[in-house]
Amino acid sequence: MDVRAQLSMQFNLDKCIGCHTCSVSCKNVWTTRQGAEYMWWNNVETKPGCGYPLTWEDQDRYRGGWELSGSSLRLKLLKGPGKLRTLANIFFQPNLPTIDDYYEPFTFDYDALFNAPAGDDQPVARPKSLITGEFMDKIVLGPNWDDDMGGSPLYASNDPNLKGLSSSQKELLTKFHKLFYFYFPRICNHCLNPGCVASCPSGALYKRGEDGIVLIDQDTCRAWRFCVSACPFKKPYYNWDTGKSEKCIFCYPRTETSQANACAHACTGRIRTVGVLLYDADRIEETAKNPDDRIVEAMREIILDPNDPKVIEAATKNGIEENWIKAAQNSPAYNLFKKWRIALPNHPEFRTVPMNFYIPPLSPILHQAKSDQGGTFDPETTDFFTDVDRMRIPVKFLANLLSAGNEGLVTESLKKQMAVRIYVRQQRVGDMGEAKVKAALSDVGLTETDAEDIYRLVTLGTFEERFVIPTTHREIKSTTDPRTMYEKRGIVGFGTKKKEFIGRQW
Amino acid sequence: MDNILFGAVPYIAITIAILGSIWRYNSNRFSWSSQSSQFLENKTLFFGSFPWHYGIILILLAHIVVIFVPSLMLKWNGSPGRLYAFELIGLALGFLALFGLLTLIYRRLSNTRVRAVTSSWDVLVLIILIIQVVTGLGNAILYKWGSNWYAASAVPWIWSIITLSPKTAYIANLPLITKIHIFNAMVFITFLPFTRFVHFLAIVGPLKYLFRSYQMVRWYSRSAKTENLRQYK
Ligand code: SF4
Ligand code: SF4
Repeated sequence: MDVRAQLSMQFNLDKCIGCHTCSVSCKNVWTTRQGAEYMWWNNVETKPGCGYPLTWEDQDRYRGGWELSGSSLRLKLLKGPGKLRTLANIFFQPNLPTIDDYYEPFTFDYDALFNAPAGDDQPVARPKSLITGEFMDKIVLGPNWDDDMGGSPLYASNDPNLKGLSSSQKELLTKFHKLFYFYFPRICNHCLNPGCVASCPSGALYKRGEDGIVLIDQDTCRAWRFCVSACPFKKPYYNWDTGKSEKCIFCYPRTETSQANACAHACTGRIRTVGVLLYDADRIEETAKNPDDRIVEAMREIILDPNDPKVIEAATKNGIEENWIKAAQNSPAYNLFKKWRIALPNHPEFRTVPMNFYIPPLSPILHQAKSDQGGTFDPETTDFFTDVDRMRIPVKFLANLLSAGNEGLVTESLKKQMAVRIYVRQQRVGDMGEAKVKAALSDVGLTETDAEDIYRLVTLGTFEERFVIPTTHREIKSTTDPRTMYEKRGIVGFGTKKKEFIGRQW
Repeated sequence: MDNILFGAVPYIAITIAILGSIWRYNSNRFSWSSQSSQFLENKTLFFGSFPWHYGIILILLAHIVVIFVPSLMLKWNGSPGRLYAFELIGLALGFLALFGLLTLIYRRLSNTRVRAVTSSWDVLVLIILIIQVVTGLGNAILYKWGSNWYAASAVPWIWSIITLSPKTAYIANLPLITKIHIFNAMVFITFLPFTRFVHFLAIVGPLKYLFRSYQMVRWYSRSAKTENLRQYK
């Protein structure tokens, strides 16, 4: 057993309001530089939808992640045996998304509003490309182009997660009375078996042993662009200006000092929690090799019980400090993913063993108004709370997104969330009846304490309860002079290009 | 004149290349990049980058191999059939590289996005390369059996440079176009550390990649060294 610690973020999709506060905080802190304008290390998508970059989930096109070939695990990008194939594509990568799959970054010609000469027409601010500086005829794509299903059914119907849905289920896209969507915030998953790291010919990407954060060494990156292709979540981004790839850094300068990540801290819906997981690094490969229907279970197995004395001993032996073990014992990540089993990973079938987890969203029950009941829906006669199968979002869709198609796991989570609602409703309103509460809880294997804890964490959780991030004992002096912090905002660690002699950019 | 151009300049070029690389590596490693622009334009690039790189790498490799085993080249060329075959393949690869290079030049000049990330050093790079490819092809077409006298006269000159006893006499009688080819090669070496040519020196990484395990883990609490996670390849 090789115990290591991993920081993990969870997202309660039921509460995400799609406000993009998270994306904007992230951008303000990290990516307000030339070449990074188009990057959204944190982005929020509308599902069903094409996402950002367009159809990132379609691995027939991008070939991200891993696949099983016989008994071994290999990068999907390789297409053949051995790594030689990767290198053969070093000069041109057939699977690389281009800027047109994200969007051409733009600004508006605001000056025209102030400086336009007097005339008959109102002056306008035309869009201007941030790459070429030239005017753009029109803006054709943005980081969140199909927000709230705008552009449907064109965008939404191309969502790769719709595969396997029956045509009546697909009506959720087009029939107004069935229409439904939800928001899906995404950051890098800081995977245990990252495709990005495995694909880098320069060895520039690495996973930090202490906290599992996956980073790109900016001095070692040589712009081979493999990480962009090999990450199935498209979370490394190529900086077209500096010729280096960059990615979500899990706000490590913040988490090292116990502060919550910028996105999570800013989250208006308070949907995010962050915590520590202990896992067994010896079993990563074996976990990633599990068949699709088993892979989430396998991921739960690789996460170790932080209260088990044997685990604590092995963790201590591996140099994991006491405050980290303590954090792991109070970890919302552990509780949501393993203990209560209500959070699920995003696309585990990509086999990168992603370490962020999502609580699938509940949605209203589909119903037709019955005229003999006065045209209104009657929650008393219909099983309003527990009928997961009749929720608007097809379970299959959620399963494609969050559990490699395993519908049982999604249903389990939804039923548990329902049980907690029934429990709380009984406490607050008292109209459910104790028997029904007992049945609902025992049906899904939750105790009353569990229900209380879940309710507390996902609704009332205080800052300290939601973010259990231990301080990292770095004991290394910071290289940033605090007095220059404002100027360095957004560029620390990434460096804009130094001007060399004859004022060149290399 | 020859003594300066082919006796002294090679040393200057090599010195600048070595010192320059060390200086850039130490002072500005962040800038060490192939500066790929595929992200901005990838349709024309396909027809440029693939033929260019594969053509030029194979030709360069042939040049380098012959430096070490010139006698093998001469022996191979002993029979006309093999000589023709070798020269023909060389010529074909040369044209492949030329086609690629012209495509790349066209792309750099015509695509506004690519132009936006083009520095004057990139233009210099393209000029050096096009001179090199054109003179190389000119050689092969105008003066018969370049592979023979590359092995017979240029290689001994290269060795005289390497062994620090430059003998320009070896190449004194070569045609002008060949001399330009050789001189331009030295210009290339000089600029190696100062342009995007540096990605040529970065090939060590990809070669290591073939042998390293997939995953990399770094511990700042243990050592700065990179450690392998799992030994599966
Ligand atoms: S999600 Fe993050 S860690 Fe996982 S493969 Fe992509 S970039 Fe790498
Ligand atoms: S800030 Fe929170 S609620 Fe708003 S979009 Fe982001 S994750 Fe959703």
